[in-house]
Amino acid sequence: MSALEATTPNIRKTALNAVHRQMGAKMVQFNGWDMPVEYPSSGGIIAEHMAVRTAVGVFDVSHMGDIRLTGPEALGAVQHISMNDASRLAIGQAQYSALLYPQGTFVDDVIVHRLAEDDYLLVINAGTREKDFNWVRDNTREFNCRVENISDDFTQIAIQGPRAAELLETLTDARLGEVRFYWVTRGTVCGLRDILIARTGYTGEDGFEIYVPADEGTSARVWNQILQAGAVACGLGARNTLRLESRLPLYEHEISDTINVWEAGLDRFCKMAKPEFVGREALERARTAGVKRTLVGLEMVERGIARDGYKILADDGREIGYVTSGSPAPFLKKNIALAYVPPEFSREGSTLKVEIRGQGVAARVVPTPFYKRPKKG
Amino acid sequence: MAYPADLKYTKEHEWIKPDGGTASIGITHYAQESLGDIVFVDMPKVGTELTAGKTFGSIESVKAVSDLYAPASGTVTEVNGDLATAPERINKDAHGSWLVKLKLKDPAELGSLLSAADYEKFVAEEGGP
Repeated sequence: MSALEATTPNIRKTALNAVHRQMGAKMVQFNGWDMPVEYPSSGGIIAEHMAVRTAVGVFDVSHMGDIRLTGPEALGAVQHISMNDASRLAIGQAQYSALLYPQGTFVDDVIVHRLAEDDYLLVINAGTREKDFNWVRDNTREFNCRVENISDDFTQIAIQGPRAAELLETLTDARLGEVRFYWVTRGTVCGLRDILIARTGYTGEDGFEIYVPADEGTSARVWNQILQAGAVACGLGARNTLRLESRLPLYEHEISDTINVWEAGLDRFCKMAKPEFVGREALERARTAGVKRTLVGLEMVERGIARDGYKILADDGREIGYVTSGSPAPFLKKNIALAYVPPEFSREGSTLKVEIRGQGVAARVVPTPFYKRPKKG
Repeated sequence: MAYPADLKYTKEHEWIKPDGGTASIGITHYAQESLGDIVFVDMPKVGTELTAGKTFGSIESVKAVSDLYAPASGTVTEVNGDLATAPERINKDAHGSWLVKLKLKDPAELGSLLSAADYEKFVAEEGGP
């Protein structure tokens, strides 16, 4: 490799890159990927966000990675490297989980799908693809199973919103009504046979993620058919505000290699009843010791928007924590944030300050998720 | 986008519209387009002294925070209060949505700013519309 190649960042593109550009999307670099942040033709982030909360939106999430574990000891391998209990998964079922370092901190958060008897699919984050794959491969060597990085095989498209099922039903023969949230099925989609359809997402809404072949022609055809069926094209901007309203963590923000499971408040996805998994011993000790910081939801009381990295101040002006994610919440029409603070400052209803351009601006600790989708009545 | 010829522009994407010894200040169409949905404007109080080229406030979209730079020096005489409750007006009409009005310290300062044609060229070079 020449020096030039070594220093030129290699920006990756999904198979839909040209389509996004043709649509006039604003593109940004995200974790090494050239991705749409918003589509002016959709009306921008707020309109995209509202479309997902009230109707249906479509996202290109092909930058997400996929690791497949197959073989007689695939379950044992998954159990060893992830904190949730994959032995509870029926075939066709999925669960939110995480890969942990021995210190109990995060390699990444993942969705584990059980596709068949000894066949598991881990859907991982874009920015951690290589790190995750190497980590999974290195930590499963003792198990009789095959580990494959199949990230580049798929164009992953998320169809999200209360009308997602209605829309996808017009494009598939799969019986979506029989697929519960966090379950998967296979079916013909846009004429493509045997497509993996997962009822999952990152928006706090009902929705599906479909995995279609990654060639540009097929990807564009499926994307355009979804748009023609009435979905609003949505970018990473809306994806972020949607996940924040729903308190879904983002790697390097709410979770990272220095934050542990208890601090992040992901206890219910961490099954300490499992006798062994990487990180378990450290988490056992950390649980006994108690946490020094905890993730809280904040709602701005005074005028101002908390942003990622802003300081949290106590009433006396002392710095006590920091904002992990902060933004206007388009559906709630409030300015919200997630922040790490010491447990004694985490009581709901108490007031803290966010330092915004040198000023302490009042915010209230509120319950999370900020937004919960209405139950179907 | 045609940039009005009676305004002067900065490379930081503000416009200024002189009117005798006073002037109104706003952000350009290009700026609002790059910011996206504008949700918050943090502006100085009446009486604040602005210095040409220095920040005097900030403007926020859903995804980003940008500083506002004073195109000229002067004293703030009026603040557009409508933008506190309806900042999205800037997206709809950037050149018609003034942020503050100034009593200019030295109207000659405006001579160094960009004309509409120069600004349009500058934006085109930045890769904008």
